Amino acid sequence: MRGIGKSFPGVRALSDVSLTLEAGEVLVLVGENGAGKSTLMRILAGALQADEGEILINGSVVRIGTPQEAQRLGIGMIYQEFTLVPQLTVPANVTLGAEPTRAGLIDASAGRARTRAVFDELGLELPFDVPVSRLSVGQQQLVEIAKALATSARIIVMDEPTAALSDREIERLFTIVRRLRAAGTGIVYISHRMEELGRIADRVLVMRDGRVVTQRAASELTTDEIIAAMVGRRLESHFPELPPVAPDAPVRLGVRDLRRAGFSTDVSFSVRAGEIVGLAGLIGAGRTGIVRAVAGADAPARGEVRIDGTAIATGRVGAAIAAGIAFITEDRKAQGLVLGMTVRENVTLAHLADFVDRDLLVDMARERTATHRLIDELQIRTPGTEQLARNLSGGTQQKVVLAKWLLGEARVFLFDEPTRGIDVGAKSEIYRLMVELARRGAAIVMVSSDLPEVLGMSHRVLVIRGSRIAAEFTRAEATPDRVIAVATGAAA
Amino acid sequence: MNERGRLSYWLRIAAAVVLFVVLVAIVDASSRGAFLEPSNIVRVLRQITYNCILGVGQTFVIITSGIDLSVGSLVALTGVVAALFANSVHLSGFPLIAATLAVCLAVGAAAGWVNALPVVKLNLPPFITTLAMLEMAVGAAFILSHGRPIALQSTAFQNTGIGSFFGGVTTALHLPNVPIPVIWMLVVIGVASVLLTRTRFGRYVFAIGGNEEAARLAGINVGRVKTAVYMISGACAAIVGFLYMALFSAGSPQTGTGDELLESIAAVVVGGTSLMGGRGSVIGTFFGALLIGVLYNAMNLLNVDSYLQKVLLGAVILLAVVLDELRKRYLAR
Repeated sequence: MRGIGKSFPGVRALSDVSLTLEAGEVLVLVGENGAGKSTLMRILAGALQADEGEILINGSVVRIGTPQEAQRLGIGMIYQEFTLVPQLTVPANVTLGAEPTRAGLIDASAGRARTRAVFDELGLELPFDVPVSRLSVGQQQLVEIAKALATSARIIVMDEPTAALSDREIERLFTIVRRLRAAGTGIVYISHRMEELGRIADRVLVMRDGRVVTQRAASELTTDEIIAAMVGRRLESHFPELPPVAPDAPVRLGVRDLRRAGFSTDVSFSVRAGEIVGLAGLIGAGRTGIVRAVAGADAPARGEVRIDGTAIATGRVGAAIAAGIAFITEDRKAQGLVLGMTVRENVTLAHLADFVDRDLLVDMARERTATHRLIDELQIRTPGTEQLARNLSGGTQQKVVLAKWLLGEARVFLFDEPTRGIDVGAKSEIYRLMVELARRGAAIVMVSSDLPEVLGMSHRVLVIRGSRIAAEFTRAEATPDRVIAVATGAAA
Repeated sequence: MNERGRLSYWLRIAAAVVLFVVLVAIVDASSRGAFLEPSNIVRVLRQITYNCILGVGQTFVIITSGIDLSVGSLVALTGVVAALFANSVHLSGFPLIAATLAVCLAVGAAAGWVNALPVVKLNLPPFITTLAMLEMAVGAAFILSHGRPIALQSTAFQNTGIGSFFGGVTTALHLPNVPIPVIWMLVVIGVASVLLTRTRFGRYVFAIGGNEEAARLAGINVGRVKTAVYMISGACAAIVGFLYMALFSAGSPQTGTGDELLESIAAVVVGGTSLMGGRGSVIGTFFGALLIGVLYNAMNLLNVDSYLQKVLLGAVILLAVVLDELRKRYLAR
């Protein structure tokens, strides 16, 4: 790609970006959210058109007008959001849009054979004849990769493929990436996870504000240098220092014998004022289910939840919010935000009753004031309170979700994957905010699949396996190998 | 709104105004000035009143990404029930009107509640539950009326149906009288618009249509809001049933079961409300109904063949939504 430029209304998304990708090479593309990585890749995949610049494949200039043309040129794109049809089976998804036919009808056995061939090539073992909706998120990710390969792609773009994967699934993905590389495929890999870079990157390309800042062999760059290039300044430490929990701090959140509907295991734990408790574990271990039950999003089969000693009605979100529980969900687009609404409307949504005047109408002036205050406090990068949530970047959206819950006087914060898919700068701002909340006496529960994050940000770590607490570690005891050993079932 | 958004907004308004003025001028000239006669304008408003009120109720439902197919049948049912009620009670004058209206609203809202129940409790698609209500309500209307219009014994409703407001004032100013149903429409639009844009309830309607799960996790009682929108739609159908009954001095099981349902949905969609939910307005629905009404009126004045009128109406509806979609794409680019 040579001299690529692209503008959106009011924003210059890309200016004069050039990158090269050799056959059999893994190029890792890093940069904060909004740096232009996704825009660049969408241009390569034909989903967007560049305003200027050109794309060359094997030395000749190509025009990529549509995703179909990109596919024909051997460019396979694996988006962050899945593009699978949940009701269709694995082979039907892998061959979607390129179904083998016989006499005008779909030839199912040829489709299965082709899928089998791709799976063999990748060394994949997955259930075949089930709808993909029955597969785990990690397995779906692998199907997505198989789908890109089924079109015999020579260039594969992976947009944060590990965001939803457990450690074991990441290992498997890396094995596949290495195999593809060995077979001569060029791979562009977008990631926010520094620790992945050293393991698979041949070359690293850092973007900032729509420009290429650095493009060098991975061996020549240290993690600190990469982060510094991304943010344009040096980050001292990744995680802020945690304030100690006062020895006499009262128990703020008490969970006793909580059993999720359809499960046979109970969990009991408590969180004191000013304490951050991390829930570690593999994807599917039941961590999200536990916090959802605490937050009233799902009705538990039994058990009780106490806030400052008072039991609250379970299974009702309204009761949980009234009692001071804030639940920052894992998927902000699907559960946290109404994308078609403005920043202001999203921020006040859970506490709109506080903005209703005596005439029963919503006081929008007061809403705006409150939203402005939170925009300043959280440094939310938005043109104003009336911007649609849809138009914000991932990290900014996450801050809007946080603003929504900071508006009320919540005493218990449940964070589910609070930093998934957001950039380093926004991450450390969210960490600082969590620390600040703890300092003010909130009880915080954090679910995270990012192990360094759990270890760096928790006073105490609970390892969840099979929807129960398999082990509990203090901050000092919690080491990566111990936590992983328990989470994977290698140790009790 | 970004710069391009603001520009597009004003361009759209300007384009609409210019187009409107040009069309009006052409039609008015072709009809030798009959189109812009004040009496003709009032006629258009009276003609759109019923579909507009149905459309207003429908707007709430559609913004939650639902649909209410039962409104036409509910017009018939509430009209029949109202006529039976009015003929059987010993009241007269205003108390009779008020009591009959109350019964009408109760029946319409109750039907809306029934529509919502399986949608809320079992997550069934509203297309099916309201389709079932469409059949049941019209059947019940036929059973109750034995298939014949029920003539009103009281003359108390005449003024509501065909009377006008501010009679003295408008006559003094040589203006046409404003029919009472038109006043009803304007009041319904005003109340509904405030409800939708300025209250908590209205905000929740948009939030549910935009992202139901996010709304639920924000502590919103989604079931209650959804139930309310179907009850509002039922109540709007009841108002139309009441007004038709007053207009014809009879409750008929066939009133409202013709083009009303689809033309009221057309008014909503042409008015810019998204069938996907989360976006829309009551004022838009009014203009949607107005566009359809003006079109029919102009075609009548220009002696367009009545079969051809249908074809042209369909084409205009399609054009309106295509233009809206193209505008959105331009904005998203």
